[in-house]
Amino acid sequence: MSAAVHAESRVKAKEAARAGWQYELYDLLRRNNFTQFAYVPDAGHTVLINESLADAEVESIALTTEEEGVAMMAGAELGGARGVLLMQSSGAGNCVNLLSLIAGGRFPFLTLLSMRGDFGEGNPWQMPMGRAVEPVLEAMSVRCLRVDRPEDVVPVVSAAITMAFQGGEAVAVLLTQKLIGAKAF
Amino acid sequence: MKANVGNPEFDERYVLDRREAVPALVGGHKEFLFIAGLAGTARDVTSLVNDGPSAYGLGGAMGAATMMGLGLALARPDRTVIAFCGDGELLMNVGSLATIGVRNPPNLRIVCVDNGHYGETGYQRSHTSLGVDLEKIAVGSGIRRTLTIGTAAELPKGSKLLRESEDAVFILMRVKPTDPPKFKRTLDPAVCRVRFKAALADAARAGG
Repeated sequence: MSAAVHAESRVKAKEAARAGWQYELYDLLRRNNFTQFAYVPDAGHTVLINESLADAEVESIALTTEEEGVAMMAGAELGGARGVLLMQSSGAGNCVNLLSLIAGGRFPFLTLLSMRGDFGEGNPWQMPMGRAVEPVLEAMSVRCLRVDRPEDVVPVVSAAITMAFQGGEAVAVLLTQKLIGAKAF
Repeated sequence: MKANVGNPEFDERYVLDRREAVPALVGGHKEFLFIAGLAGTARDVTSLVNDGPSAYGLGGAMGAATMMGLGLALARPDRTVIAFCGDGELLMNVGSLATIGVRNPPNLRIVCVDNGHYGETGYQRSHTSLGVDLEKIAVGSGIRRTLTIGTAAELPKGSKLLRESEDAVFILMRVKPTDPPKFKRTLDPAVCRVRFKAALADAARAGG
């Protein structure tokens, strides 16, 4: 094997290892009867989005803005279905007023956020919302759980599912840039 | 620009009284599940069902009604869901029409009760009475079955569409800028959630 081919295969193996938790996460959500996936297209959630698009048994809904997803999750819950809202950290800012529906109605609620403006970020435009995600969500009664390591994703999201759908909480799992990597600029 | 209540030129396009038009459009309400946006339509719909559990009416979270309707319609493909919203409510989240148009849920109907004004805040004019046509936006968003209702004669066509369409439906119903029914509804959003779900569970136990 030439050095170049060897290097390429190592890169692919590393990428596969890095993406592995994303497939495990999708399987976890499906095992827990999530049937509505709502999202604004996002690089950090590519695997979940593509898996939901390829899965004939779930609704995979692209939104024009994240706040649509907050309302959609509430509607799903009224109808007895479980949904999850996938968004980038910047989307948290778009959701704020509609989270009053979740808080006031005590709707179980799960959102997964891929972080920007976080560890290793090089784009100054992402910084304000990156800093604001946790205080803003917490102010709207959404509990935030951060995940930094691949091996923690499934346990933390499992805990979040229990807290939301048995405990009646609104929970956001923040997939940090330590976990997903910082985008190069 | 000043509120334009009483301007004959304006009122010509807005003649229906919502207190009569909403019940006439819906007809027998028991076959439907309802979401209603804040302010006027929440009162229209909760008074129609006498504050019953088949309607979830918002008292805030402006812009949520249409997408709550989508989530509910996808969760309950066996039921027809009508999401009522005012023109102001829909303008706040008009992108939801695009999201709904792309999915085209066959059991979702959106009814925009358009009075051309923000009634709750003192009847300031809204974009719809200043030239914006929400039916055209619905058409442009890919919603296949749309209808504008401006007179009582057009109501039966709307009632039929609510019941018979196999595509998502958007109805724009123009009404006078006058108050919705005076009706005291349950405002606690958690109480409304619990009773809505309990009624669906009861129906399921009864084999419905």
